[in-house]
Amino acid sequence: MRKFYVIAFILFLPLLLLAVIQLNDSLNDPGVTVYNYTKKADRNTKPSVDHTKFDILNEPFTDAHAVTAACLSCHNNRHEEIMETSHWRWQRNEVLNGREETALGKKNILNNFCIGVSGSEATCTRCHIGYGWADKDFDFEEPTNIDCLVCHDKTGSYKKGRGNGGYPDASVNLNYVSTHVGSPGRDNCGVCHFWGGGGNNVKHGDLEKALLECSREVDVHMAIEGEDMSCVDCHVTEKHQMAGKLYALSSENTSRATCEQCHTNKPHQDKILDDHNLRVACQTCHIPVYAKVNDTKMYWDWSSAGELDENGHPFHTPDVDGNHKYMSIKGTFVWANNVIPEYYWFNGIADHQLITDKIDTIPVQMNSLDGSYRDKGKYQKSRQPSKIWPVKVHRGKQIYDPVNMTLIQPKLWDKEEGKGAFWVDFDWDAASEAGMAYLGLPYSGEYDFVETEMYWPLSHMVSPASHSLKCIDCHTRSDSRLENLTDFYLPGRDNNMKIEASGITLIFLAFIGVMVHLICRIIYRKRCPLNQKLQGGNE
Amino acid sequence: MKKVYLYKGFERFWHWTQSLLIFFLMLTGFEIHGTYQLVGYENAVRWHDNAGWALLILIVFTIFWHVTTGEWRQYVPTLTNMKAQMNYYLIGIFNNAPHPTGKRLLSKLNPIQRLVYFGLTIIVIPVMVISGFMYLYFNYPLQGIEIDSLMPIAYIHTVGAYVLITFVIIHLYLITTGRTLTSNLVAMITGWEKMDEHEAEEAVQDVIDSASHYVKPVNGDKKKKKKKKKKKKKDKKDKTD
Repeated sequence: MRKFYVIAFILFLPLLLLAVIQLNDSLNDPGVTVYNYTKKADRNTKPSVDHTKFDILNEPFTDAHAVTAACLSCHNNRHEEIMETSHWRWQRNEVLNGREETALGKKNILNNFCIGVSGSEATCTRCHIGYGWADKDFDFEEPTNIDCLVCHDKTGSYKKGRGNGGYPDASVNLNYVSTHVGSPGRDNCGVCHFWGGGGNNVKHGDLEKALLECSREVDVHMAIEGEDMSCVDCHVTEKHQMAGKLYALSSENTSRATCEQCHTNKPHQDKILDDHNLRVACQTCHIPVYAKVNDTKMYWDWSSAGELDENGHPFHTPDVDGNHKYMSIKGTFVWANNVIPEYYWFNGIADHQLITDKIDTIPVQMNSLDGSYRDKGKYQKSRQPSKIWPVKVHRGKQIYDPVNMTLIQPKLWDKEEGKGAFWVDFDWDAASEAGMAYLGLPYSGEYDFVETEMYWPLSHMVSPASHSLKCIDCHTRSDSRLENLTDFYLPGRDNNMKIEASGITLIFLAFIGVMVHLICRIIYRKRCPLNQKLQGGNE
Repeated sequence: MKKVYLYKGFERFWHWTQSLLIFFLMLTGFEIHGTYQLVGYENAVRWHDNAGWALLILIVFTIFWHVTTGEWRQYVPTLTNMKAQMNYYLIGIFNNAPHPTGKRLLSKLNPIQRLVYFGLTIIVIPVMVISGFMYLYFNYPLQGIEIDSLMPIAYIHTVGAYVLITFVIIHLYLITTGRTLTSNLVAMITGWEKMDEHEAEEAVQDVIDSASHYVKPVNGDKKKKKKKKKKKKKDKKDKTD
């Protein structure tokens, strides 16, 4: 009997060991360790300088330019840094994927939201960090054209006027604002980055006004009751160059703000999870849904724009959630919230459909994210292998030239009627004519609408770890989040039908063989237990 | 009736630990494969990996044991009695015929077992262990070694898993074909197998023979030849039995 216990113990020893290992793992949870980041509690946020004490800021300003001159009188040469940035130029020289270097940016890239700024600058530049960009004559080399306040205002009272090329609204008290300045907060960045595309959360889906005051569930970094982080805590800024950029406009895998800069690429205390980071972006698991609070625009059909009411006036219709379903000036929209991202391989290199490019794919790929499973090792194209990224795909229909086979930049906005602006005159032909002429590009006189797709990799609204994706969300045969990424073998999702069929057949045959053998044995009764007992007596 | 001590302590420990590990690997492995959901994917992966390591450690010890004890010879395939053994399973077993190959201390396995276990040891287990650890460690680039795709490794591992399941089904069934339904099972648990006196004598005879290696007359050449003849005679005797 003693021996039995010894054997039993030895048999269960490996299982016992396994259990201890698991227990040890589960107890060993040290929480999140971060680097290159000072926690809120350990930070001194008291400003070093009290701007209210500067006389120059307390005297009346003749105009907004004078404010900038005052800023630069102390912060001299800062304008040189600003003038290097894409926030100022709205373009930078970048190599497009597989193409030559091009000056690219908001200035000239088309999207499938408001299409592009050219010809309509005076209204679009409400989001430019400058004063007076209304047309091609804007002087990018004049220091006092810089708008310091839009980013550095701490009063919340600064705002730019509508349709006046980025000048402040008449209501702004320039002395009050300029004496209360500091490091940009979420509201400074948000005024453009939350409201781009003409409304809250229209474009990104993961950047919106809810981030101004949110819970951990919405954004674990920005949560008021948590670290309450500001945009520039991750988008680390040196000499006004902000790390990180957006692939709606960028093309190169440079100057990116990453999760790894604080969390490292091995943050999990688990090798298998850490290994995932080699081919899976952090965002993929940690941003399970986007547009968690307010709706984001998923579809924008320009072809229906231009309907007017019985009085000849533009109108708009809200949907049940209060979002615009139709606008005379813009067309038809579809909105959604708590959207599950689409997943794509991405190596940090993007391409764009420039206005000079021929249309050769439908839907037109406004921007295309490069990458594939094979993009690794000796096939690697970028600094890192391609990773799986969560992406908001914005689809739409927009105007193009079916003769020249290019996209069209229509002129959308003007102060006056008769200048061809679509939002005033509602004439696509005139708008195309005016817009393309402004750019010095050909327009055949014919227009139509073409389907387009635009890709927005997601990086914001990171969920708490407890809400992140679970293994089974991808590693499953049905409804895998990655069911569209079929260029690789994913355990749990993939199998080979021939192997499965052969394997099951093999097991089935073995089972049948065993059963037949057993039945024969029972029928013949020669070795059945009963028979055995009878014979056993004789032996 | 007598009892013969067929399976040594380590042998039994190895056999049962391996069986538990393989059963456990099967259970967790097919969850990872997406066949069903049982313990949760994350647990399945962790436990499968740990069990894989445990099996590897067990295998290392087992190889050491087999080499140092010379027990590896038990797995060398032979065609002797192969036909008789097959006839037994196909015909004899239904007529209460005796096993054509009795269990001996130095030859516990019948020819079919020898062949199957040899195949498992030389092909299936190494393939499973190697593909398993490649699956675990080369799915992401490791120290410059980068596989093009996990697919072939995963396929091979899956094929091996199906082969092992098939083996287990047949193996479990054949347990019942001993002297009594449970005699094989009892032997593998306690180490002792019941035999009648004649069989018991035969089972230990080859140990006695091989022990005589250690005793030699000073001019021992002649004796050696004699012994070989003896062995051959014995083999013939077995067949006629």
